[in-house]
Amino acid sequence: MTRYLLRRIGYMVLTMWVIITATFFLMNTLPGDPIRNKAKQLPPQIQQNLRKRYGLDKPVHIRYLIYLKNLLHGDLGESIEFPGETANNIIKEKFPASARLGLQAVFFGLIIGLILGILAAFYKNTWIDYLVIFIALVGVSVPSFVVAALIQKYLAGGFFPIVGWPSENVWFSGWRYTVLPTFALSLGSIAIYSRYMKSSVLDVINQDYIMTARAKGVPNVQIVWKHILRNAILPIITILGPQIAGIITGTFVIERIFAIPGLGEYYVASINARDYTMIMATTVFFAFLFILSLLIVDILYGVIDPRIRVTGEKR
Amino acid sequence: MLELNKEKFQILGCEGQNADAIMRPNITYWQDAWRRLKMNKVAMFSMYLLLVIILMCIVGPYLRPYGFEEQFIELANTPPTKEHWFGLDQLGRDIFVRLWKGGRVSIAIGLIATFICTVVGALYGGISGYLGGLVDDVMMRIVEVIVGIPYLIVVILISIVFEKGLFSLILALVLTGWTGIARIVRGQILQLKESEYVLAAQALGADPARIIIKHLIPNTIGIIIVYMSLNIPSYIFAEAFLSFIGLGVQPPNTSWGAMAAFGQQNMDFYPYQLIFPAAAISLTMLAFNLLGDGLRDALDPRLRQ
Amino acid sequence: MERLLEVRNLRVSYHTYAGEVQSVRGVSFTLDKGESLAIVGESGCGKTVTSKAIMGLIQTPPGEIKKGSEILFQGKNILEFSKKEWQQYRGAEVSMIFQDPMTSLNPTMKVGLQIAESLMIHRGMSKKEAFKEAVKMLEMVNIPNAESRANQYPHQFSGGMRQRAMIAIALACNPKILIADEPTTALDVTIQAQIIDLMKELQKKLGTSIILITHDLGVVADIAQKLIVMYAGQIVERGNAEELFYNPQHPYTWALLRAVPRLDSEKKEDLISIQGTPPDLIAPPKGCPFASRCQYRMQICDEVPPPVTKISETHEAACWLHHEYAPKVDIPVGRGGVL
Repeated sequence: MTRYLLRRIGYMVLTMWVIITATFFLMNTLPGDPIRNKAKQLPPQIQQNLRKRYGLDKPVHIRYLIYLKNLLHGDLGESIEFPGETANNIIKEKFPASARLGLQAVFFGLIIGLILGILAAFYKNTWIDYLVIFIALVGVSVPSFVVAALIQKYLAGGFFPIVGWPSENVWFSGWRYTVLPTFALSLGSIAIYSRYMKSSVLDVINQDYIMTARAKGVPNVQIVWKHILRNAILPIITILGPQIAGIITGTFVIERIFAIPGLGEYYVASINARDYTMIMATTVFFAFLFILSLLIVDILYGVIDPRIRVTGEKR
Repeated sequence: MLELNKEKFQILGCEGQNADAIMRPNITYWQDAWRRLKMNKVAMFSMYLLLVIILMCIVGPYLRPYGFEEQFIELANTPPTKEHWFGLDQLGRDIFVRLWKGGRVSIAIGLIATFICTVVGALYGGISGYLGGLVDDVMMRIVEVIVGIPYLIVVILISIVFEKGLFSLILALVLTGWTGIARIVRGQILQLKESEYVLAAQALGADPARIIIKHLIPNTIGIIIVYMSLNIPSYIFAEAFLSFIGLGVQPPNTSWGAMAAFGQQNMDFYPYQLIFPAAAISLTMLAFNLLGDGLRDALDPRLRQ
Repeated sequence: MERLLEVRNLRVSYHTYAGEVQSVRGVSFTLDKGESLAIVGESGCGKTVTSKAIMGLIQTPPGEIKKGSEILFQGKNILEFSKKEWQQYRGAEVSMIFQDPMTSLNPTMKVGLQIAESLMIHRGMSKKEAFKEAVKMLEMVNIPNAESRANQYPHQFSGGMRQRAMIAIALACNPKILIADEPTTALDVTIQAQIIDLMKELQKKLGTSIILITHDLGVVADIAQKLIVMYAGQIVERGNAEELFYNPQHPYTWALLRAVPRLDSEKKEDLISIQGTPPDLIAPPKGCPFASRCQYRMQICDEVPPPVTKISETHEAACWLHHEYAPKVDIPVGRGGVL
C-alpha cells in the first residue's frame, strides 16, 4: 500500500510539473509581452519599471526558475490587470464558494445516483427502473447550462432563490441559495452514477459468492448490505475521478448562470481579460485540485478494495 | 394402449442420427452484429434520427432564403412565424438557418476529434501493447501523466496561444482525448497476446498477418467502434460547453453551444432562442448515446448468442 | 437408518426467451443419515438444478419448481417453508459448496468472517466468538497458520485453500447434509484428491450426509455409497457403488464408464468419448432421451419412454434393453469399471 501510494504521489508531482512547465512556456511564447499589451499608452519608463516589478526583464529560463521557486513557497503571483492584487488573495476570497458548490454537487450526485442505481437494479423492469433510465438519459443528454437556464426560467420566484450566494459564513449559511445550483451541477453525475451502479449491482447479484451467502442462510437484508453493495460500489470508485473533474469544470458555467462569486467565474473572466499571471495562477490551482482529487479517489479505492490494499496493483 | 411388437426391438444404433446437428446457420461476426443491432428498435430509431439531423445540417441552410449572418434588425426577437420558422434572435438573424449551420460545426467537431483521437490512440496503444516490455512501460507512464491533465486547461491554454476557434478546440480535445482509446486498445492486445486461441493459431503455424486480420482486428474493432460512438457526443458536449463560456467557436461562425449561450441571455423573454439549440444538442446527444449503447450490445462478442 | 431427505417427483423448469426449458423432469431419491450419494451426469443434465432446488436456491423467475414436486427434509416439505424456516434450514441443516472456489468467496470480506457469518446467524454467537470458532474450522480443514489466514482475503488463498475454506464455511454449523457441486472440477488433480480425502475424513468425524454432484466417475468411486446417473433431467440408472461399477445396466452408464481413463488396465483400451450432445430440453424427445446417441437404439426407443426395471433391491435402470422382447446385449465395459 505504501509503495502504491508513493507511486501515485510520484505521478501527481510529475503531472503537476508538466502542467506548470507547459503553462509557463506557452504563456511566454505569446507574441509581445503582457505589459506592452496592457500598458501601451504608458510612457516607456513606467513600462520598464512595471517590467522589472513583474520580473519580465530577466531571461526566460531565470524567470521559470523563479516561478517554480515561488510556487514551492505557495506564492502564485500578482495580477497584471489589477496591480497589488495577489493570486493567493483572490483564491482565498473566491474559492470557498466554488468549493462548497462543488463538494455539495459531488456528494449529492453520488448519493442520489447510487440510490437510484440500486433501486433500478432491485426493481428491474418495473416503473422505478424505467424512471431511473429516463433520468439517466436526460442527465447525459441535456447540458448543465440548459438545465440551469430552464431552472432559472421556470422556478423563478419559488422557495429557492435563483441567483446569489451566501456571503457570510460561506460554508454553512444560506443553504437555500445553494439548492438549485447544486442540483443543476450534479444532474450529469446522477445520470452516470445511477447507470453504472445499476449494471454493477446486476453484475454482483449474479456472482457465485452471493449464492454462497444465500446457501449460508444469510438474511436478505444482510446479503444486500454486506455482500452486494460493498462489491457493487467498487467499480463506481473508478469513475469518481473523471466525474469530480467534470464537476470542477461544470462550476464555471453554473457560477456564471447563477451569479455565484466563485473562482470558476473569475477564471473565465481573467481569460477573457488576458490577465496572464492570473490565468497561470488559476490554471495551476485548478490542475492541482484536479490531480489531488484523482489521488484521493485512488487512495479511497485502495482502502476499500482489499485486492489493491495488499498487492499495490490494480487487477 | 401402446403396441409393443417385437419388430420394434431391433438394434439400429445411432448411425445417421446426427445428434450433433448444428441447427443454426453459420453467420459472420458483422452479419451477426448487424442482425442484433437491427433487432434493437431504440438504437435503430436513434440511427435514423441522427441521419435526419445530419441531413438537415447539410441541406437545412438552403431551405430558407436567408443567409446565416443576414440581419433583419427590425424583426429582432420575433418568435417563430411562417416566414421564420424558428424565429429570429436578438440581432434579427434567422434561427432556423443558423441552427443547421451551427449543427455542421458541432457535429463536425465531434466527428473530426473522435476520428483523430481514435487513429492516434489505437496506433499508440497498439504499438505499446504489441512491443511490450520497456517500451510499453515508458509509453504507458506518459499516458498516466497526460490522463492527469484536465482538458479544460489544455483548451484554455491553446486558445490563448492560438486563436480561439475551431482549430484550437479540436487540437485541445485531441491532445487530451486519445489516451482512453490507447489504454483500451493496449489492454485488448495484451489480453489477446496471452489468449489461448491466439497461441493455438500460432502453434498451428498461422502467420502474423493472419492472426492480426482474423483475431486482433475483429476483437478490437468492435470495442473501438463502441468507444467512438460514445465519444462523439462527449466532444459535442465539450464544444457546447466551451462555446457557452466563450472559449469555443467565435462569431461570425456559430455552433449549437454558441447559440445556446446567446439565447440564454434572452431566456426570460424569448425562451425559444435557447430552446431550439438546446433541443438540437440534447436530441443529438441522446441519439448518439442510445446508438452507442446499441452498438455495444451488438458488437460485444461475449454477449453473442 | 434415519431418513433425512426424500425427493419426490421433482420437476424444475426455466423460462427463457426461447421457451420453457425442462431442466429436471421427475427426479426421486432418498438420502439417509451418514450416507453419501453421488449424482453423476454430463453438464446440462439437471444435476446442479436438482441440488439448487434442495438448497432453495432456484430463482423465480426464471426458474419454477413445478406443482407436485416434493422435497421432504426430516419429513417436512421444504417447498412449503416459511421465510424463517428457510433461514434456519439453509446453512444450518443443509449447506453447499460450489464448483469454482475462485468465484464463490466474497472478494471483499475476510475469510474468517465469511465462516463466522453463518455461526453468528445460526448460533447467535458474538462476532468475537464466531471468529474464534472460524479459526478452529480452518484448522479442521487443514489450513496452516489458521489464525493469520482467517484475517486474509480470498485472493490471498490458492485455489485448493479456497475450496477448503468453502468446506469450512459449509460445515461451520455442523449441518446434517452437505451438498458438493463439482467440488474438485476447477482444481489440479493432486489437489482434487486432497479435497476428496478431506471430505471423507470430515464425514467420518462429523457424520454428515453428503450429496456429491459430479461428471467424473473417478471422483465418485472413492467416496460414494449410492449413485444416481442422470441424463436430460431424468434418472436413467441408480444403485450402490458396487452395482453401478461392476454391473452397470444402462448404455449411458456404459458410455460414461468407458470415458474414464484407467491407469491400472493391462489391456490398452482406447478412451471412448460419447458422440453427440444431449437433447434440447425445450422440446424433449418423445421416447428415450439418450436414443439419438445410443449404440443400442431400437425403434421402440424413439417412440416410448423406457420403463424402469428393477435389477435388485437397490439397483434400477430405465432402458428398453431390459424388456423381454429385446435382444440380449453383453455389457461392453471391462468388469469393475474404474475400480
